[in-house]
Amino acid sequence: MTGNSREVVIRCDGIWKIFGVQSQQAMDAVRSQGLSKDEIRDRCNCIVGVRDASFSVARGEIFCIMGLSGSGKSTLIRHINRLIEPTAGSVFIEDQNVNAMSQRELRALRAEKIGMVFQNMALMPHRSVRDNVVFALEVRGVAEAERVKVAKRAIDAVELTGWDQKYPDELSGGMQQRVGLARAIAADPTILLMDEPFSALDPLIRRQLQTTFMELSAELHKTTVFITHDLDEAIRIGDRIAIMKDGVLVQIGTPEEIVTQPADDYVADFVAGISKLDLVTAARIMQPFAQYCQANGQTDPGQWPVAKPEDKLNTLVDLAIGTDHPILVKAEGASVGVVTKKALLRGIQGREDVAPATMGAQ
Amino acid sequence: MADNETFDWLNPFASIDLDIDARSDGIKQWAIANREAIQPIKNFFGQMIGQIDAALHAVPPTIMLVFLALIAWQLAGGRVAILVAACLIALGLLDPTAWSLAMTTLAIVISAVILCVIIGLPLGILAGKSDRFEAAIRPVLDTMQTIPAFVYLVPVVMLVGIGNVSGVIVTIIFALAPLVRLTSLGIRGVDPSVVEAARAFGASPSQIMFKVELPLATPTIFAGLNQTIMLSLSMVVIASMIAVQGLGNEVLRAMGRLDAGKAIVGGLGIVILAIVLDRITQGLGRSGRERGHRHWWQSGPIGLVLRLLQRSRQETNRSQVQHGEAT
Repeated sequence: MTGNSREVVIRCDGIWKIFGVQSQQAMDAVRSQGLSKDEIRDRCNCIVGVRDASFSVARGEIFCIMGLSGSGKSTLIRHINRLIEPTAGSVFIEDQNVNAMSQRELRALRAEKIGMVFQNMALMPHRSVRDNVVFALEVRGVAEAERVKVAKRAIDAVELTGWDQKYPDELSGGMQQRVGLARAIAADPTILLMDEPFSALDPLIRRQLQTTFMELSAELHKTTVFITHDLDEAIRIGDRIAIMKDGVLVQIGTPEEIVTQPADDYVADFVAGISKLDLVTAARIMQPFAQYCQANGQTDPGQWPVAKPEDKLNTLVDLAIGTDHPILVKAEGASVGVVTKKALLRGIQGREDVAPATMGAQ
Repeated sequence: MADNETFDWLNPFASIDLDIDARSDGIKQWAIANREAIQPIKNFFGQMIGQIDAALHAVPPTIMLVFLALIAWQLAGGRVAILVAACLIALGLLDPTAWSLAMTTLAIVISAVILCVIIGLPLGILAGKSDRFEAAIRPVLDTMQTIPAFVYLVPVVMLVGIGNVSGVIVTIIFALAPLVRLTSLGIRGVDPSVVEAARAFGASPSQIMFKVELPLATPTIFAGLNQTIMLSLSMVVIASMIAVQGLGNEVLRAMGRLDAGKAIVGGLGIVILAIVLDRITQGLGRSGRERGHRHWWQSGPIGLVLRLLQRSRQETNRSQVQHGEAT
């Protein structure tokens, strides 16, 4: 699910954010001399928050930005609705340059097109759940009757029916974040910005909310940028994942690409502990059918179990247990590849790249 | 400069005279010269104080007592209402004239506090928003709070003349600072992530101010208001030196005659007034949330009346329905 084929909703072009009094000089120095993060810190007394980040998100896609704390991901997401002004670069939403907008246009964009969920919920303690949820409508001057209707719909959607007259401090953390989610979707925005929305919750509640979010997301089909420091969460939720380190987007790709083809050691370290069973497909680890025939002579795949290219390792394991034969991968009736036991085991280990070499030695 | 003395490096200040006191006395001359310009403001203040004073005196003490107790009940709850009623009865029993004097003092304090809010709230909001303004206004507030009142009594009297208006002005000078400081503190204390959320959902700066920052700063602002009221009351005796009437004047006159008894009566009157105002305004500082998240009109006497009205309406409805069924 890459964004190429579909309409691009969010496009970030070479976003730089340098914090500090002399940020502009620092930016010039970076342009002319290509200073590193540490050099900028020492020479200009500036901190680099985001370094040349470019990406685009297609309509309906969930784009996860994953990185450890301090990697600049929260800074980056705030550029999308211009809560932070970039030092260089620009953000386009549906081909409109956000950085060229007037304050009035920007407020309209924020209230109508973008919903945001925050890590610390950031609910307004003096407003009831309902008044929190319809805040974006209220600032746009939507009539009370309409607000009540919208609030009910949003509150029902996050399964908080009946809590609309309560205040945030009467709710548990998980419920508060549901309110945060309801607030973000209330105005029916095109885009959802989720800034580590579930990080502050305990694991069980987090999983529950992830499920709620994924159901909602499948139903509402919002273009989503989702920040997290939890790779499992990114893999579970994201259509594509961007890994961020020290303000740089190190790698952007589908969960499978990230896990099987890490761009560098940093990403490799990250994904080392991730279970590949539900992630890696047969297509990734199979050997082309012709190549297999060449190496092993003519074979009769008649008794072999058959899998589809998009089947995950888990399915392949189930198939392999029942037989001693390799697994035949068929797409649209044609045999395209073969997954041997060795390749499967290597695949589970996440080292499928060595498999063909081993096969060649046989 | 007086250079006739020999200059000594070890004690330089004795030989240098910048004549600051003589120059500063110019303020007095300036004040006298500008009396006319200040006249409209003086009239405005004078009318305001006069009207409040007249209103407070027009109400018979018994009704005023009940009314104040009801206000206390509404704003601060039943216990405070009982305390306020008891205090006011004690005030009335102090002396046959005590009630009337207390109302005069109350009028002065109310006028001063209203003007303090009009001036102090915007200043406090500005100070909360701008570090530079805060830095600029801080020494001014320090001066207003600490400079002895006697220093500005004379210029104010020269400018405005003696009487209640100058009394209110000196009271404002002394009592304004805490309201400004605590308003600024309240605005600064608002959780920045909530303000960011409001921004992220498209709120304009003024919407953020009125829908987020001021409501969240309200308890702190009310604490400032409470302090301003207390300081206003503590200026009552000093203000009576420039012919402000009321309990303070009683204390001052008793002092002149070494009449300890009368001084105690006046002093106790001020203390009782202070307790009443303090308890009522402290109740204001508690948000509705702490009283079981109801709206203010749902509790206290107004809530009671509303509930009674609702019940009687339901009953008439029911009897109408029964009546309809019967026929």
